[in-house]
Amino acid sequence: MAALYNGSSGTFLPVKEGDDAMATVTFDNATRVYPGASKPSVDQLNIEIEDGEFLVLVGPSGCGKSTSLRMLAGLEEVNSGRILIGDRDVTNLSPKDRDVAMVFQNYALYPHMTVADNMGFALKIAGVDKPEIRKRVEEAAKILDLSPFLDRKPKALSGGQRQRVAMGRAIVRSPQVFLMDEPLSNLDAKLRVQTRTQIASLQRRLGVTTVYVTHDQIEAMTMGDRVAVLKDGILQQCDSPRRMYDHPANVFVAGFIGSPAMNLMEAPVTDGGVNLGGHTVPVERDAMKEAGKQVTLGVRPEDLEVAEDGQGLAVTVEVVEELGADAYIYGSTEQKLLAATGENAGEVPFIARVDGRRPPKKGALIHLTPKAGHVHVFNAESGLRIGD
Amino acid sequence: MATSTATATREAIPVRVTTGQAPGTEGTMTGRVIRYALIILFLVMVLMPLYVLIVTSFKHSANVTASEAWSLPRSLTIDGWQAAWKSLAPPLGRSLIMAVIAAILSSILGSLNGFVFARWRFPGATTIFTLFLFGMFIPYQAIMIPLQGMLIDVQSQPGMGWFDGIWKLIVVHTIFGIPICTLIFRNYYATALPNEILEAAKVDGAGMLRTYTSIVLPISAPGFVVTMIWQFTSAWNDFLFALFLTNRNNGPVTYALNELAGGQNPNYPQIMAGVLVASLPTLLVYILLGRYFIGGLMSGSVK
Repeated sequence: MAALYNGSSGTFLPVKEGDDAMATVTFDNATRVYPGASKPSVDQLNIEIEDGEFLVLVGPSGCGKSTSLRMLAGLEEVNSGRILIGDRDVTNLSPKDRDVAMVFQNYALYPHMTVADNMGFALKIAGVDKPEIRKRVEEAAKILDLSPFLDRKPKALSGGQRQRVAMGRAIVRSPQVFLMDEPLSNLDAKLRVQTRTQIASLQRRLGVTTVYVTHDQIEAMTMGDRVAVLKDGILQQCDSPRRMYDHPANVFVAGFIGSPAMNLMEAPVTDGGVNLGGHTVPVERDAMKEAGKQVTLGVRPEDLEVAEDGQGLAVTVEVVEELGADAYIYGSTEQKLLAATGENAGEVPFIARVDGRRPPKKGALIHLTPKAGHVHVFNAESGLRIGD
Repeated sequence: MATSTATATREAIPVRVTTGQAPGTEGTMTGRVIRYALIILFLVMVLMPLYVLIVTSFKHSANVTASEAWSLPRSLTIDGWQAAWKSLAPPLGRSLIMAVIAAILSSILGSLNGFVFARWRFPGATTIFTLFLFGMFIPYQAIMIPLQGMLIDVQSQPGMGWFDGIWKLIVVHTIFGIPICTLIFRNYYATALPNEILEAAKVDGAGMLRTYTSIVLPISAPGFVVTMIWQFTSAWNDFLFALFLTNRNNGPVTYALNELAGGQNPNYPQIMAGVLVASLPTLLVYILLGRYFIGGLMSGSVK
């Protein structure tokens, strides 16, 4: 830890004397039920976050991701279960005793304080002496390109600068854990992409354990060491972005992660595989034992190939989106398609990536087959992944 | 009124209707004349007593008669003003001390309460807030006698002899100002103080008092302007408490003014000048701070 603090950024951030515990974070069956709610907003959450790891909580709105973060911050009560930072049980500690710093969605800067005062406020409360505060604020400001603005009020800053002040406020404290609640959602698209990279590289440089909440699955995939997908307060899967993409644990994760979304469809089980548009897609025999008669089949748009006539799933092209190198076709098919949430939906298009230089014409009938080994099979009842 | 006149004359000056003037400025000459006539009439009615006050205060007391009440003074004198100032200067000072301290104290307490009720909720907060509001509707007359008795009890304790006059009034006005100040601040904080800022302060390690002094208080100026003006004015203008709790030697200016006006042989110029002197401070407060008052009210309710 200490070595990391004194790492690439020179003198930046002091060594924590005697408090060198690993800043792991553990959610141990942590549950939050809002008063008057019939079911928990966060239901028995179990995640272990390693020291220095960047974990992203992602999910649709109302899935409990922000609540989970706020439970870790101490802003939300934990009704049952525990939360640990390192070996310390912080479940019932107040926020100030947890040694965490948080970046809020709307930045929550103190409007009457200058940038420097905003960043130094926590240190001032902690009783750090003035020259030391100034030194640390200036160092953080240098990292974040905020040096010229230290004496300004938040009102006189642009959105991106305010966002950086909020980051600076967290960095200056050199806490055990950074908490970030959708810190990029108030920025415009271009700045969001830039800042995304900056935050990720800054986090790696500082080596501080970080929990980051977003609803944007691209943010989640690009920033996180690991990504935790939540839905209705229940953890669906917690894995590396790669693993999450290649091995979604259930239909919800399969549909949620990836853009454009994975094609999900009902398919009957046949000998040696699954029937897709009258043709058999081979699937491991062992895996199919638990499948029953029907499964949910998932194929990502880029895992489809245009086949010879009649050799795959027949798709009528309705829209062609040309992106240069690639093109996406949106079409309809006889096969029953399912929405990303795993429920029946009327208007889900079938999406496939095709060669951008020779895209099919609108209205054309094409045949598509999945690439070998790139199909995802899920139990039609439970939605859980079958096989590897 | 103005509308019907406008309709009647529309044919004569059709252009006026379609010029797209701001609302309230449309209408004809006649309409406007009537409107201004009414405004002036009401204005005169309101200002008439003030006129009598001012002209009488500059007259010689021998020249004040009912038949000449409306006429301008035959010769100007400031005898009345001098006499009024002489008898009112000490109570004016007491009023000033009393109203300022009471206004500051009840504003600070109201601000603390308002912060807790708006943003630092605790079990039973709603009930207690309702009880606070009841405090605004207690008729002072109903509690005057037990209050009087209680304050005399306090005063008669050993070493509490100094607790008399404006000190009693400071306590009373501070306490009776708490409900309205609490309400004003609660509404102000509910809109002007985002929850995230308080949560950020919590995570930064600030406790309740620290949050209040470092975060809440610095952005409370508009609320303070409203409650300070309100409390200053109501404490300054109060006569009932002064009458019960003070005497001619330690009372505020309202009490002294009553003494001044109550004699056998009233000296009208002195009384009129005294009234003007006594009401000048509140007038000044409104003239100087009136726009902040409106701004503060708005920032608490509309924003």
